[in-house]
Amino acid sequence: MRKNCVAVLLLITMLFTIDSSASELAYVTNEKDNSLSIIALDTLQVVKTVETGARPRGIILSHDNKLAYICASESDTVQIMDLSNHQIVGELPSGEDPETIALHPNGKIIYTANEDDALLTIIDIDSRTVIGQVDVGVEPEGLAVSPDGKTVVVTSETTNMVHWINTADNTNFANTLVDSRPRSAQFSSDGKWLWVSSEIGGTVALLSTDTNQIVTTFNFKISGIHRDRVQPVGILLDKEQRFLYVALGPANHVAIIDIAKREVIDYLLVGRRVWQMAFNQDESRLLTTNGVSGDVSVIDLAKHKVLKSIKVGRYPWGVAITNNGQETTK
Amino acid sequence: MTLFRILTLLLLLIITGTNANENNKQNLKVSYLKLTVAAPATLSSMVTPPQDSGQQGAVLAVNDANTTGKFVNQQIILTTDILQSAEQITQTLKERYASGHRIFLINADKDALRSLQQWASDKQVLLFNIAATADILRKSWCDKNTLHTALSDSMKTDALAQWLLAKRLTKVLVVHGRFAKDLTIVSAFERSAKRYGLKLIEKKQWDFNADLRRSAAREMPLFTQTAREYDVVFIADAIKDFADYLPYNTYLPRPVIGSAGAQALGWHARIEQWGALQLQNRFNALANRPMNETDFAGYVALRSISSAFLSTKSSQVDTLKEYIQSADFGLGAYLGRKLTYRQWNGQLRMPISILHPTALISQSPQQGILHPTNELDTLGFEKAETGCRFN
Repeated sequence: MRKNCVAVLLLITMLFTIDSSASELAYVTNEKDNSLSIIALDTLQVVKTVETGARPRGIILSHDNKLAYICASESDTVQIMDLSNHQIVGELPSGEDPETIALHPNGKIIYTANEDDALLTIIDIDSRTVIGQVDVGVEPEGLAVSPDGKTVVVTSETTNMVHWINTADNTNFANTLVDSRPRSAQFSSDGKWLWVSSEIGGTVALLSTDTNQIVTTFNFKISGIHRDRVQPVGILLDKEQRFLYVALGPANHVAIIDIAKREVIDYLLVGRRVWQMAFNQDESRLLTTNGVSGDVSVIDLAKHKVLKSIKVGRYPWGVAITNNGQETTK
Repeated sequence: MTLFRILTLLLLLIITGTNANENNKQNLKVSYLKLTVAAPATLSSMVTPPQDSGQQGAVLAVNDANTTGKFVNQQIILTTDILQSAEQITQTLKERYASGHRIFLINADKDALRSLQQWASDKQVLLFNIAATADILRKSWCDKNTLHTALSDSMKTDALAQWLLAKRLTKVLVVHGRFAKDLTIVSAFERSAKRYGLKLIEKKQWDFNADLRRSAAREMPLFTQTAREYDVVFIADAIKDFADYLPYNTYLPRPVIGSAGAQALGWHARIEQWGALQLQNRFNALANRPMNETDFAGYVALRSISSAFLSTKSSQVDTLKEYIQSADFGLGAYLGRKLTYRQWNGQLRMPISILHPTALISQSPQQGILHPTNELDTLGFEKAETGCRFN
């Protein structure tokens, strides 16, 4: 009897080990359905849809991939979901209308941008309390924490600035004017550079973290699409820092910037009004949320080809991918 | 080593220079002038447009600008004057000018605006027209000192005509009220109909003298009975004297557009895409009422100024004006496109929403309507159509 049990356990363990990549799951927030669509990356199908708070937008995972933090904007809270059973197990006091969140590398602090109040809110996860708020520009949106955890940046959509904040004392030490309606920001893995997309400006800027100034600006040109409709929103850097992927909103394309060459090398056609993106664990796939068409595009990154569109809920906004609760290297 | 010292010195100089700047904030004065007109009598006593339309939009934009200004030591100071007559508004403009104001938001009718333009014609000022929709201001009364953030009648009728074309609703019954403003809207619609190949099957003026609260169901069907069939009813009734009684009451069961039913508007409380929800939330918190198109015109006017102020770091009106009219300018304003001004008549280019009272129906320019340079120029007067030439 006991032997049998061990054997079964062993079998289960083996199955999980073999299946670790196949069990990767993508979590997509549906802004206008108050739900989360869960996509299995092996079959590329929605396997489950779960309810969330009102108007879910930004979503990130804890470092151990066991929890998801979901901005439920209209519920004025950040929900904590246990990914093993998809139950909401708690809430973080985010302040009003949280749209995006970022996790400090220490995994203990979450930053969230409160659009309606022009604030950056700093939350201690363990005690679930707000430990600070910083005044930023109008409609703060994009958030990024530097890899060394010393700096957090916020972009403000109507003020058109990148606000640089020291995480040690939560003070704003620099502000950089960028093109109109900055949406997303991401640090390079060495912490020397910051990438920022500007939706209405139609550009992506590369900033030096030494000077806090813009070094280069990238423009996009897609034949048959008016330049005013090319509106960079989500951006994503690969691990090797070879490519930057840029979601171009109503231009319905994802642009690929070759970082070494400092040029745009390709445009991939995806769904309508492409917003945010996420890689799977080994970065062989890129998923994009397409707000207007209500689907998710799956891109094969080795070939830079779009494989499939997957129908999800209304206005998919954020996306995060996990290997189903297993420990990752990050 | 010496080079290093020089560099350090220079750096110190720059830092002290910045500090000195930080102590004295850069201010920009903006004056808001509103001419109050007595609300005309309408059939329904329930319709009263908010008296602070336009002003609240401007106030919100100042709040936004000054939140930004905290980071760059800039501040916009708004002064508001509510005036009762055309003479008073001109007098106040002169006084504000004398006290150093150069930028004005004008919420007044076309004639009052015209007299302000004439007084200011030899001065370096910038006037924003946030309320007057008359085509004549964009077509022949050209004024190099004025930018229009209010939509013109023709822009709205073009937006509707494009939508009718897209919906294949090409046979139109036109009904209008008895005021001069109604007739100018009809002329604008006639121009748009010609432009987009719509057929006007009949034109009728509403002159019944009935109590429609009791008998709309009887009066309106008779009024909209025609010899030939129509696809749609266009109504021009600027003060909404009788317009709201027309939908669902037409002789033939057809949609109503124009002053009731599906309306072309610069803004509406139900616009929520492109981050608009955030603007709506901020506005509701400030004004305790929904944001209307005059508020939006005031908001956009002030945002144009504040973004020029931020980019040029100048409070000189000619520098600001030049920047707003330059290729560098492009305002993000929750409509999915950057907004710019037409060089030839100072009109703001923007997509126009078509809405019924509780939801967005469509946005013009309609898909498939093409233009050699900018589709937004399919709404309103093209360069070749106006006599205005500033650049």
